[in-house]
Amino acid sequence: MGSTAISISRLGKCYRLGELQKYRALRDVLSDSLRSPFRRKSSRSDQLLWALKDISLEIKHGEVVGLIGRNGAGKSTLLKVLSRITEPTTGSATIHGRVGSLLEVGTGFHPELTGRENIFLSGAILGMRKKEIELNFDSIVDFAEVAKFIDTPVKHYSSGMYVRLAFAVAAHLEPEILLVDEVLAVGDATFQKKCLGKMGDVAKAGRTVIFVSHNMAAIQNLCDVAHLLSHGEVVASGKTADVMSRYLTDVAESGEQTLGTRLDRRGDGRLRFLEFRTTGANPGTGVMCGSEARFEIKYRGVEPLRNVHISMGFFNVYGDGAAYASNDLVGRSFDLIRPEGSLICKFDVLPLLPGSYSVSLYCTVNGVIADWVQNAGHVNVEDGDFYGSGKLPPNGYGSVAVAHDWYSQ
Amino acid sequence: MQSSHLPIFEVRPSSAWRMLDVRELWAYRELIYFLAWRDIKVRYKQTAIGIAWALLQPLAMLLVFTIFFGRLAGLSPQGVPYPLFVFAALIPWQLFSRAVTESTSSLVTDQRLITRVYFPRIIVPISTIIAAFVDFLICCVLLVGLLLIYGQLLRPTSLLLPALILLMLIAALGVGFWLSALNVEYRDVMYTVPFLNQLWFFITPIVYPITVVPAALRPLYGLNPMVGVVEGFRWALFGTGDVSVGLIISSTTSALFLFFTGCVWFRRRERTFVDIIGSGGR
Repeated sequence: MGSTAISISRLGKCYRLGELQKYRALRDVLSDSLRSPFRRKSSRSDQLLWALKDISLEIKHGEVVGLIGRNGAGKSTLLKVLSRITEPTTGSATIHGRVGSLLEVGTGFHPELTGRENIFLSGAILGMRKKEIELNFDSIVDFAEVAKFIDTPVKHYSSGMYVRLAFAVAAHLEPEILLVDEVLAVGDATFQKKCLGKMGDVAKAGRTVIFVSHNMAAIQNLCDVAHLLSHGEVVASGKTADVMSRYLTDVAESGEQTLGTRLDRRGDGRLRFLEFRTTGANPGTGVMCGSEARFEIKYRGVEPLRNVHISMGFFNVYGDGAAYASNDLVGRSFDLIRPEGSLICKFDVLPLLPGSYSVSLYCTVNGVIADWVQNAGHVNVEDGDFYGSGKLPPNGYGSVAVAHDWYSQ
Repeated sequence: MQSSHLPIFEVRPSSAWRMLDVRELWAYRELIYFLAWRDIKVRYKQTAIGIAWALLQPLAMLLVFTIFFGRLAGLSPQGVPYPLFVFAALIPWQLFSRAVTESTSSLVTDQRLITRVYFPRIIVPISTIIAAFVDFLICCVLLVGLLLIYGQLLRPTSLLLPALILLMLIAALGVGFWLSALNVEYRDVMYTVPFLNQLWFFITPIVYPITVVPAALRPLYGLNPMVGVVEGFRWALFGTGDVSVGLIISSTTSALFLFFTGCVWFRRRERTFVDIIGSGGR
């Protein structure tokens, strides 16, 4: 305790927006350079985005540190740089000890391989030695409660079994420094609770934890120290309670939710999304697979708006489109709507399977794009009883439950 | 837990010009092993006949070539039965061709790993080539069987085969580094690879003997590193063909050139792989 675990000095990470947008085609690059061979590559003039600017922090061994801030403040980028997934552009960080992270759960699992094989593969990917894995093998299997199916390919596992096994492997990694990004954590609420429990254990064992979350209660419970990030900079550091109240006043003062002020959007702005809200069947619980769910999109327009079309896309954690909803599809037209209000999309029976989804919002007014925000919101779908049988399809068969029936003839 | 015993590492922008970090690769040797092991397992689990697939593919090619080029086109070389002549070239070619096709897509296929956990990225193309090397070894057993069937004895020159295998691996790794790194940035590379593969097959003396190429042009021809490898294999096994020092020198030089430039290019571009791959799918 007391010695430095991580010392970050003037760390910066810069993205070229051109790079972020899309990979290029070699064909285009070649034909461009044939057409104008003496011009520098056009990507040089791309806009730069500093996701992290001049970050300096000192984190001690045994500290449990919370990183808070709005979407796009740079929290996840900082974790990615510290776990060496991506390189910083400027500055440096010195890290004393092994780094593990709970944003990697299930990383490297291959559906064709058996549970046993995946334990070794995933363990090796997470940085465990073969001996360590062999030593912990029985305890991993016990923890995951999959002993019976250990020689079955994981593509036949239920989603619960899959996540338990993946988590069990990660939980047996014993890094000195643990990075946790709640936003990226896969799985349902039960699983996320397990993650939090694990973090508590790790913290009690005197290890260092860095925790990114929007769950203020979890941060308050677990973290002694917090840092507030805003636009890639550390704007406040100190006791968790102090930093959190600073964050909450910031949010309250700026009035609108982050969605309304975000710059990474397209459209002419005649309508602007202000807030995305999710409500489940019962107040206080999240949305559940198979239950009622309401998605409310608060907006503001320049005037009463005519001929409005709106759509919502759900993307799973791998970025694949999972589901799509729009007023056109269901034949509900918005010929004239108030300049300020909410558009609500209601599912009587939500077919999304448990997991976390990112939502993109798209709106046209009179056929012209008015607002379009990717990653506008985030939905966590919890385990539910879609089929009335208490069962859900196994992992690997898409993101939505399909209603159907069986009979014999 | 005394902090002085803990591994220390530094996160900082790396310099643009770096070679292979052999010490780091050694530290990650178990991961290389597990990734190659995964590739092999998955490959054979997905085929109904399992490991026999490794043999079936080259044998089928062997049969077709023997019938069409050996019998019909009359491309029979001096003293060696045509099936042996072709098979000795097909085995190293298969490894090289798999290195080309599979390394190219390897980083994109493993993007979920790359965007979630750190390890030296060059492990990914390396492990695909190691997996292909296992197939190569299986085929070598088959080759020995064929030699016995045709009553050919192993010559003392076969002792030079390890050096030729090394040359083959260097060439395969070099091409693998180049194509895998290029494919992250330019996804159309993947579509040119089947064509490249086919073209490369015909500019390598696999179905025809090297004597088809005028002697004066051979050192130039040898700049295709697989020419040196394939002719070397035949010479070491059967004592045939024309393996001049010039040919071996030009093949070795170009293999080393591919390997070192491939390393440097890969290491230079790997710094932005995650940033590009992470956004590439949308």
